[in-house]
Amino acid sequence: MTARRIPGWQGEPLRFRFDGHEYEGLRGDTLASALLAGGVRTVAQSPSLDRPRGIYAAWTEEPNALVRTGVEPMVQATVVELADGLDATSLTGRGRLSDEPDTGRYDAVHAHCDVLVVGAGPAGLAAATAAASTGARVIVADDRPVAGGSLPDTAETVGGLPGARWAAETLAALESRPDVRVLTRTSVFGHYDDNYVMAVERRGEGAASRERVWRIRARHVVLATGAVERPIAFAGNDRPGVMLAGSARAYANRYGVLPGSRAVVFTTNDGAYAAAADLSAAGVEIAAIVDVRQAGGAAWDHEVVPGEVITGQVVTGVGGEREVASVILSGGREIEADLLLVSGGWNPLVNLFSQAGGELRYDAAVGSFVPGPVRQAVEVAGAARGVFTLAGCLEDGAQAGARAARAAGFHVEGSPQTPRTPEEGPVTPAEHLWLVEAADYGTHFVDLQRDVTVADVMKATGAGLRSVEHVKRYTTAGTAHDQGKLSGLLTGAVVAHALGVPIEELGTTTFRAPYAPIAFSTLAGRDRGALHDPVRTTSLHEWHAAYDAPFENVGQWKRPWYYPREGEDMEAAVLRECRAVREAVGAMDASTLGKIDVQGPDAGVFLDRVYTNMMSTLKVGAIRYGVMCRADGMVFDDGTVIRVAEDRFLVTTTTGNAAAVLDWMEEWLQTEWPELRVFCTSVTEHWATVALAGPRSREVLAGLAPDLAVDAASFPFMTWRDAEVAGLAARVCRISFSGELAYEINVNAWDGLALWEAVMATGVVTPYGTETMHVLRAEKGYPIVGQDTDGTVTPADLGMDWVVSKKKADFIGRRSHLRADTSRPDRKHLVGLLPQDGARLLPEGAHLVETPTLPEPPVPTLGHVTSSYRSAALGSTFALALVSGGRDRIGEVLYVPLGDERVPVTVTSHVLYDPEGARRDG
Amino acid sequence: MAERLSPLARFTPVTTDDLRIAEVPFLTQVNLRVDPKSGAAADIGLALGAPLPTGPGTYASATGYDVLWLGPDEWLVVGAQGHDVEGVIRAAAGDAHVGVTDVSAQRTVVAVDGRRSRDLLAHGCALDLHPRVFGPGRCAQTMLARAQVVLTARESDEFRVFVRSSFAGYLAAWLLDAAVEYLPDGPVTSR
Repeated sequence: MTARRIPGWQGEPLRFRFDGHEYEGLRGDTLASALLAGGVRTVAQSPSLDRPRGIYAAWTEEPNALVRTGVEPMVQATVVELADGLDATSLTGRGRLSDEPDTGRYDAVHAHCDVLVVGAGPAGLAAATAAASTGARVIVADDRPVAGGSLPDTAETVGGLPGARWAAETLAALESRPDVRVLTRTSVFGHYDDNYVMAVERRGEGAASRERVWRIRARHVVLATGAVERPIAFAGNDRPGVMLAGSARAYANRYGVLPGSRAVVFTTNDGAYAAAADLSAAGVEIAAIVDVRQAGGAAWDHEVVPGEVITGQVVTGVGGEREVASVILSGGREIEADLLLVSGGWNPLVNLFSQAGGELRYDAAVGSFVPGPVRQAVEVAGAARGVFTLAGCLEDGAQAGARAARAAGFHVEGSPQTPRTPEEGPVTPAEHLWLVEAADYGTHFVDLQRDVTVADVMKATGAGLRSVEHVKRYTTAGTAHDQGKLSGLLTGAVVAHALGVPIEELGTTTFRAPYAPIAFSTLAGRDRGALHDPVRTTSLHEWHAAYDAPFENVGQWKRPWYYPREGEDMEAAVLRECRAVREAVGAMDASTLGKIDVQGPDAGVFLDRVYTNMMSTLKVGAIRYGVMCRADGMVFDDGTVIRVAEDRFLVTTTTGNAAAVLDWMEEWLQTEWPELRVFCTSVTEHWATVALAGPRSREVLAGLAPDLAVDAASFPFMTWRDAEVAGLAARVCRISFSGELAYEINVNAWDGLALWEAVMATGVVTPYGTETMHVLRAEKGYPIVGQDTDGTVTPADLGMDWVVSKKKADFIGRRSHLRADTSRPDRKHLVGLLPQDGARLLPEGAHLVETPTLPEPPVPTLGHVTSSYRSAALGSTFALALVSGGRDRIGEVLYVPLGDERVPVTVTSHVLYDPEGARRDG
Repeated sequence: MAERLSPLARFTPVTTDDLRIAEVPFLTQVNLRVDPKSGAAADIGLALGAPLPTGPGTYASATGYDVLWLGPDEWLVVGAQGHDVEGVIRAAAGDAHVGVTDVSAQRTVVAVDGRRSRDLLAHGCALDLHPRVFGPGRCAQTMLARAQVVLTARESDEFRVFVRSSFAGYLAAWLLDAAVEYLPDGPVTSR
């Protein structure tokens, strides 16, 4: 194997594996440079044509060298920093997710600045220095591990220093300023409105987070994103050994690696001559420079450019089985070489600029699209806008940085100084060439990663496609991980050629985020596992958790579902809890119910308007159940209203609707009834609520509150009393959601656990969870808004005509209740269902049909099951359902189709237990 | 009588040189609604010792109270544990139309203090917390991670995070997880 490292190049040796083979590289290498140093030229198979592929570029534009490393399912070898023990596997275009969970940590940071500079090349560093000198808050984000952009690739000098060293020192000086933040290894991948910019920082395995998403809000942005070299489409341009000329130069200058031993350079411009000179000095034999220009690079000093210069010719093909062995020219010559370096000119990287809303225009001199006007506070500097000289980039960057700082309100003193650079000779204009014409375009590749050839593009244009967007979708060119960094413009140029129109008429495809690939786990950050979604808990939570009660998710709340005893399954536990409440006494944590304090002289008037029933007539000390409708007359929420004082009420809402009800109330107060003197305040979490239910609840309460008169006459149903309960200041409400004698005891949430423990310490109270609550309320036909209703159900549909006032002049939903449609006899009514087989539990959501045999589809269904449980009290399963004309079908048998079965059920009243309400007084 | 229990009673405070995280439990918090142009608003300001702040995103400090602007006619008045803030406000308001609601247990307060406090909060708060932008006297209703909070900036590097009691456990776990980077002993939690 040939030695590929420049003699004398120093570095800490690192061992790594690639496709099972051991190699050695140096610290500072990428996986790609280390592979090239190890003599590996073929690194992948093309995804659909199975062609061998080599390393084609040196950074994020690489189309071929995709690998899997550790938890990264697909990453470019050209950006993977070599680490000791790295184990990489090549891919054929498609990654494979690991079966193992990603145990890495990921996070995000929000950051703000006056000036964000994207790119730490000459232009970016000059911009950041100019902006920072004004005192502006500056963030510099650069995707490479070391500063300097292309400087380490070209080995140019700045201010008398090697470019890389100048860049490092400049970056260090920036970093030492208090209001400058420097982010290296950080790819800006999205540029959105209001200069909201997202970037991903690759922090490595040893860091507190492997990768970090930066969410940056910048007043001004300077895009100094540089340029990528343009490939040329010719036969066999995908063969390993074909490489961009600037990339080969980068391997030599940045990594001390020679990507081949004898090279032919194929160029349209002067830039490749500098690459050839550097490679020659590094030890690559330059066999020839093939320059498409008749006059060649006339302005070049041919003494420093080695090799034969062949002008006015093009490369028509390459020889060699699997890798480049020779290069064939249009004049017919075949030159032996293992490396073919290609330069079609340079494309400014305008991806972020375009994402930011910038318009692009075609620049004939550059041969590419360059930034035009932009609607945001964005500057573009350096190669990203077609400035390709070092001195030009430094000057352009400094000006852009100063303009940005000035626009952000900072004072700029004089004109910014830029360091001196070596004289650059005159440049011979490039002659743009995208495509080497041929009879067969089957191996002229435009997108190496998608295996798209000129022939494929021509098939698209031959089919009549004229838009580059359509051609992109038809051929998939530009849709790979590299987002068309190399293939985008080339595809457009080939389309233009095929259609015989100027390239500028076609424009470009749309640039979209992300500019660089980003992993979902990185985007998720720490919003995963236990922190994926906030868990809301009540003040009693630790008791439930200590009991090991399973929790039911209700919105973000964790509510205890049931409290299993040793050996009990859910069914047994719930039946036992139900029996305990019906026969003795149980307690439930009801703290999650929404609570809204409504104050003001017009509070009663206000509540009369938002509830369907009358609230203003409620006496202080009394409680009323109420239903709210939306303007369409459909049930929105329900709960109890207690009158605390003449001008003060406490409203409860369902657990899931607490915020929505408060918003609803505020909306009406602020937009429709600003004249009402009412204030609403959420107090949901100020209170802890323990529901005490069952025939023995009165005696338990009496024991806990010896000073409270609890007899039915002193403390009647639907009233409340302030009292000391278990030594705690409490508000006790006599309300029931089970039909049993019941109380809800409210205390300051800080006292919640003490109250619960006191209730449990009586030794006679069975804790019950949400499932038992559901069963008990369903036995009584009490609907759960959102379970038994779905936004199409009126109070009358629920059999609650009584809750809709006939006396009030108006309330939200009243007009809709007067529509003929809301009194149609075939509306769906809430009814009960008793399966004829009392052991049969109907699935919620099951449909109901009229006959045991199904007619031809479409089968008319009468409604569906909304709630379904086993009932200890009924000794049978039962269900609630919304059934068309249901109240007129009571006693009828309907059928629930389940697979091949039709399960017969009898329609009943929705109140299945204690219809006369005899139990509520105990 | 059993001990009162604050939402973060089981939370072990973080106390390092650069970062301190601790619950400030049992503060008295009263939600105040009143027309800012009314005489009652002026009287309440007098009683509290500082005019009700009317600048969005600000709070006023008086002896014994912080008065946080929550909206054009809404404030959160924060006083010491056990202090009868509601009584003081009601006495000042007299018969005027005001909404005064004790919400002491509705939210708990987490103090985040130290040189790294801004770094820590920046992991989950989209606001610019730079001292030039969000210095002492600033107050915001915002999101910290995925919890709604009221955030106030105090002197030096201290912030107070008012979080709904039900979200406090989540937020504390999140803060500990985000603090990993700033703690000498590394990760407090594991996934």
